[in-house]
Amino acid sequence: MAEIQIKNVAKSFGAYQALNNINLTIADQEFMVLLGASGCGKSTLLRIIAGLETATSGEVWIGGKRIDHLSPKDRGIAMVFQNYAVFPHLTVFENIGFGLRMQKLPNDEVTQRVERVAGLMHIEMLLKRYSGELSGGQRQRVAVARALAMEPDVILMDEPLSNLDALLRMEMRAELKGVLAESKTTAIYVTHDQVEAMSMADRISVMHEGNIVQAASPIEVYRDPAAKFVASFIGNPPMNFLPATPAGAGKWQVSGQTFDGPNTDKAGLQFAIRPEDMAPAEHGLVATAKIVEPLGAHLLVTCQIDEAQFRVILDSDTVVKPGQTLTLAPQSDRVRWFDPETTLAVA
Amino acid sequence: MLLNARILPYVLILPVTLFLCLFFIYPFVLVSQQAFGSSEGGWSLDNFREVVDYWKFPISLKNTLLLAAAVVPIQLALALLMATMVSKMEKGRDMVLYIWTIPLGISDLAAGIIWLAIFEQSGFLNSMLNGMGVIDKPVNFLTYQNPWIVFVAIALAEIWRATAIMLVILVAGIGLIPKEYYEAADVFGASKWKQFTRITFPMLRPSLQTALVLRVILAFEIFAVVAALGGTLFPVLMGETYAYQFDLLNSGAAAAMALIILAISIGFTLIILRILRVPKGASI
Ligand SMILES: Nc1ncnc2c1ncn2[C@@H]1O[C@H](COP(=O)(O)OP(=O)(O)OP(=O)(O)O)[C@@H](O)[C@H]1O
Ligand SMILES: [Mg+2]
Repeated sequence: MAEIQIKNVAKSFGAYQALNNINLTIADQEFMVLLGASGCGKSTLLRIIAGLETATSGEVWIGGKRIDHLSPKDRGIAMVFQNYAVFPHLTVFENIGFGLRMQKLPNDEVTQRVERVAGLMHIEMLLKRYSGELSGGQRQRVAVARALAMEPDVILMDEPLSNLDALLRMEMRAELKGVLAESKTTAIYVTHDQVEAMSMADRISVMHEGNIVQAASPIEVYRDPAAKFVASFIGNPPMNFLPATPAGAGKWQVSGQTFDGPNTDKAGLQFAIRPEDMAPAEHGLVATAKIVEPLGAHLLVTCQIDEAQFRVILDSDTVVKPGQTLTLAPQSDRVRWFDPETTLAVA
Repeated sequence: MLLNARILPYVLILPVTLFLCLFFIYPFVLVSQQAFGSSEGGWSLDNFREVVDYWKFPISLKNTLLLAAAVVPIQLALALLMATMVSKMEKGRDMVLYIWTIPLGISDLAAGIIWLAIFEQSGFLNSMLNGMGVIDKPVNFLTYQNPWIVFVAIALAEIWRATAIMLVILVAGIGLIPKEYYEAADVFGASKWKQFTRITFPMLRPSLQTALVLRVILAFEIFAVVAALGGTLFPVLMGETYAYQFDLLNSGAAAAMALIILAISIGFTLIILRILRVPKGASI
């Protein structure tokens, strides 16, 4: 049982506040992804959980035990470092077996476990090589294997696939997820790649400027972003936004059209819709097509509605020319609303 | 242009190379000629036979090796300890380094004299022991009756004087080891001692090579400290070389001694390089 609880964790580096009051619970055996732009504090949070960085305030609990005063090796964790930290003076075998040797496991068990995880990561043929001679991607796999070999309760991974080529990354993504599910390990996985996050996570924590903006399942983060930041960070292309003005109780006016919306007394809201949740129709938002990009599976059209840029994804058979006027009807159950002042979602 | 770029490095190192040839290779050739020359002209090993057969040779060889064997490991251990401590400091690190390296600025003869002032009959050690009532009259420690005290005094002076040169090299070397390796070691359960033996030490091998080679060569050339503290009580190879050249005016024998010291130094350098070699492929 290794549930992780992060309670009111804050971290500042001098005057710079890297993390503000983080609260997060990660269930036993859950695969949690920390997703966010560069510099938002993902590594810092991970390093606090690992014990490599001390939080300015707050507590970290693993498996019902407060561990933030323990040294890293006593926390039942293993970690994959963002810059690998694979020892260049040791062979791949000795790197993967490093933690096992520190635990003084018998030789044959070390060999057996190293060979097993090396197989999982497809680096059996590298075991005798010195890791100084490996490519970035190979080193990264050694780093993952070294962590897996420990069979830890919790595995912390800081962008473990960032240096693999696209094809290998896709392959490893699926495999790593399978390996971790099988090993019943609780995993925290840092990435800034949203495809990786969506495809691997049980839950995603979206981070922004030292805060966790939303922690929810991938589909929820995608469909029901809790804040405008999440809506514009996730999805490629991201959500479209248009200003909305009140038009009576629960009615909002968007670019000359009236939509059903939240029943609030706010002076204005933002109407939001995903590019794929629109279709050409008789009635709807009137847009002028600017750029037409046929992407094979579908057609991406960048248009303009009033002054705002607006993207739609249409069926690839649709014929659209730049300059053409489109009438687009949003799928009503997919429309979301945000408060422009707080940037939070309004139901 | 291409040709220039290829030739330029050689042109740039030419002055240094010429300088070295002039002031190292040329004297070396002259010394070799003297060492291998004989009174009748032509080549011979007479000079070597003469110095090796002299009764003081085995003693001075033994003394030199013993001194190196006692001093260098202690210096290595001390320098490693001090370097790890300094590297862990965040504030005042430079200050401590400056203080620890002060003895480097003192010539070896001056260092010998400082330690003589401690050990001689009217020295600090005697006044201190006397003051504490341990002895009732000043003792002359540095006599032929106390060869071990002479030895310890020389070793202490050498350790005090020349540990810092290793320290400086090791501090630079430790500074080059990325701290991520220690973080990984922490996470994977390596104790501080294991971190030292499994990470710091192996990754420090290039610096250790430099520091040890330098120190060992200097240890075989020990002269002034011994002259100050031991005088003729404690013959060493370099002292004998000096005696051949300036007291006995036998420059052939002095040249032979110099070459023997050189050969020993080269031998130990090769051993050190071999022991601390980085395996092929293991980049550091
Ligand atoms: N030791 C440190 N001293 C000062 N500032 C730091 C330190 N470590 C991190 N920071 C700052 O804290 C912020 C968060 O850093 P962090 O490494 O957690 O970002 P990240 O989300 O992991 O980014 P990336 O995706 O680029 O790895 C950054 O602005 C960084 O400059
Ligand atoms: Mg990071």
